[in-house]
Amino acid sequence: MIWSKHSISSPSRTDARLAGWLSVAAGLAAAVLVLIVLFLLHESWPVLKRIGWLRFFTDAAWHPSEGLFGLAPMLWATLASSAGALVLAGGLGVASALFCRFYAPPSAARPYRRTVALLAGIPSVVFGFWGLTVLLPLIVRWQPPGASLLAGILILTLMILPTMALTADAALAAVPKAYLHGAAALGISRSGTVLRVVLPAARSGIIAGLLLAAGRALGETMAVLMVAGNVVQTPNSLFDPVRTLTANIALEMAYATGEHRAGLFVSGLVLTGMIILLAVAALRLGGARSHV
Amino acid sequence: MPRLSLNRYLSALSVMLLVATTTSIPQAAERKLVLTGSSTVAPLAAEIGKRFERENPGVRVDVQSGGSSRGIADARSGLADIGLVSRALKPDEQDLKSFTIALDGITLIVHKDNPVQTLTDPQIVDIYTGKITRWRAVGGADRPITVVNKAEGRSTLELFLHHFQLKSGDIKAHVVIGENQQGIKTVAGNTSAIGYVSISTAEYEASQGVPIKLLPMAGVDASVENVRNGRFPLARPLNLVTKAESEGLVRQFIDFSRSESVHDLVEAQYFVPLAH
Repeated sequence: MIWSKHSISSPSRTDARLAGWLSVAAGLAAAVLVLIVLFLLHESWPVLKRIGWLRFFTDAAWHPSEGLFGLAPMLWATLASSAGALVLAGGLGVASALFCRFYAPPSAARPYRRTVALLAGIPSVVFGFWGLTVLLPLIVRWQPPGASLLAGILILTLMILPTMALTADAALAAVPKAYLHGAAALGISRSGTVLRVVLPAARSGIIAGLLLAAGRALGETMAVLMVAGNVVQTPNSLFDPVRTLTANIALEMAYATGEHRAGLFVSGLVLTGMIILLAVAALRLGGARSHV
Repeated sequence: MPRLSLNRYLSALSVMLLVATTTSIPQAAERKLVLTGSSTVAPLAAEIGKRFERENPGVRVDVQSGGSSRGIADARSGLADIGLVSRALKPDEQDLKSFTIALDGITLIVHKDNPVQTLTDPQIVDIYTGKITRWRAVGGADRPITVVNKAEGRSTLELFLHHFQLKSGDIKAHVVIGENQQGIKTVAGNTSAIGYVSISTAEYEASQGVPIKLLPMAGVDASVENVRNGRFPLARPLNLVTKAESEGLVRQFIDFSRSESVHDLVEAQYFVPLAH
C-alpha cells in the first residue's frame, strides 16, 4: 500500500517502463482467451455458415461423413458424467476433509493429507489405463459391455477427489477458531459442531472447490475416452456407453478433414462456452462471499 | 534496485527471444524431409527415416502421425514432402502418386474363451448392424455381444466399412475405440466382445499371451503369412504418397523404403514386406 502510493505520487522513468512491460504481459495473458475463442470461431465458421448453430443441437446423430452433426447426446453425456462424479467426489471429499480436521489424530492427518495431494498429481492417462484393465473387466462381469457412463463417473470421481478433498480441507481450516470455541463453550457435541457450525461456515469455500473440480471433470479427456465406450448416444442408464465432447475431439481430430474437422471445432466452442458459464458462476459466488 | 533489475531481465528476455529466432534460421538450410499421416505407417516410416539419416549424413527425416486423411491433405498442400496413407488411394485422390512399402491386414478378434471359431461375412454384418445381438445365434454362449468399433475417420474403419459394404451410420456399436491397443485391451477384458484391429498387432499380442483370438475370414486364417501371399481378403497396402512425380531426395527416400534393406524394419513392426 505505502509503496504503491509512493510510486504513484512520484513516477520515475523506470516505473513507467516497468508499467509498460507489465501491461503488455497482462494484456497478452488476457488476449490468449480472446484469441482462442476467435480461433475456434474461425475454424468452425465453414460449417456454421452452411448449416447454422441450431443443427448441432437438433440433429439426431453424429455422423459427420453423412452430414449429421448432433452434439446434444455428447453434451448430455458430458454433463451427466461430470455431475455424477461431482456428487460422489463432493461427498467423499468433504467427508475426508472433516475426518482429517476433526477426527484423525495429527500423526495420521498429515501423511493422509500428503497422500491426497500426491494423488492429485497422477497423470490422467494412468487413471484411464487402470480403468481399462482393472475397472472395466469388473463391470463387464456384472453388466456388459462394461465401458459405460458408470465407468466414466467412477474414473472422474477418482481424478477430482483430491481437488475436492484439498479445497474442502482448506475451507474447513479457514473457519474462525472463535466459532469452535463458542460451540465448545455452549457445550455442543463434536458432531453438532461439525454439522451445524463448521459446515455452514465453510459452505462457500466448499462450493468454490466443487466448481474447480467441475472444471477439471468437464475438461478431462484421455481417462474418460479409455473407459466410457465413446458411443454417441443420450444415456438412459448408468450402464450405457457414452461419448463426452472432449473425447469426441480427441478421437476424431487427427483423422478429420473439411466439415468434419470444422464440426469438431464447434464441439470445442460448446465446451469453452460451458467452462465460461462455470467461471461466471464461480465469480458470482466469489462476489457473494465477500458480502457475507 | 530490484525494480531496475526486473526491467533489465525483461529486456534481456526479449533480446534472447530475438536471438533464438534468428539462430534457428541456419538449421533450415540442412536438407529435411517431412512425412506426415497414418498412425499405422508413422512408426515404420520413423525407423526407415533413422536408417536413411545414418546412410545420408546431413539429411533430417521428420515424421508426424495424424491419420491417413492428414497424409493425403499434407501431401496435397505441400505441408509434407511425403504423405503416409494406410490404404489404396480413392478415385478422387488420383492426382497423387502412391508407392506401396508394406502390407497390413485387419482381423476380427474375440476373447480367447469365446467358443465361436469362425464367422461368415453376413454374420459379421448382422452383428455389426445390430441384427444379431447374442452369441447363441452364431453358435456361442447365451451372452449379449459387445460390438467394438473404430472412431470415425480411422482408416481401419474405412477399410472395414468398404469391405463389408456398410455405412458408418449402420453400425450399432457398444464401444468406440481409437488406437489398436485400446481395441485389444477392450476385447481381452470382455469375454463377449468382438472387434477388429490390425493383424500384425493382434498376432503379436496373441503370441505374447494376451487372451484374444483372431478369426479366419472366408476360410483363410488371419496371419501375416496370408496377407503376404495375398490370400487374406481384409488387407491393405501401406503407402507413401507424393504430390507430383518425385525427384531428388524424395525419390531417393521412396526407393530406399521399397528396397530389401528395410525388410527387417518392416517385419519388426509386424507388417508384411513386399515380395521382391
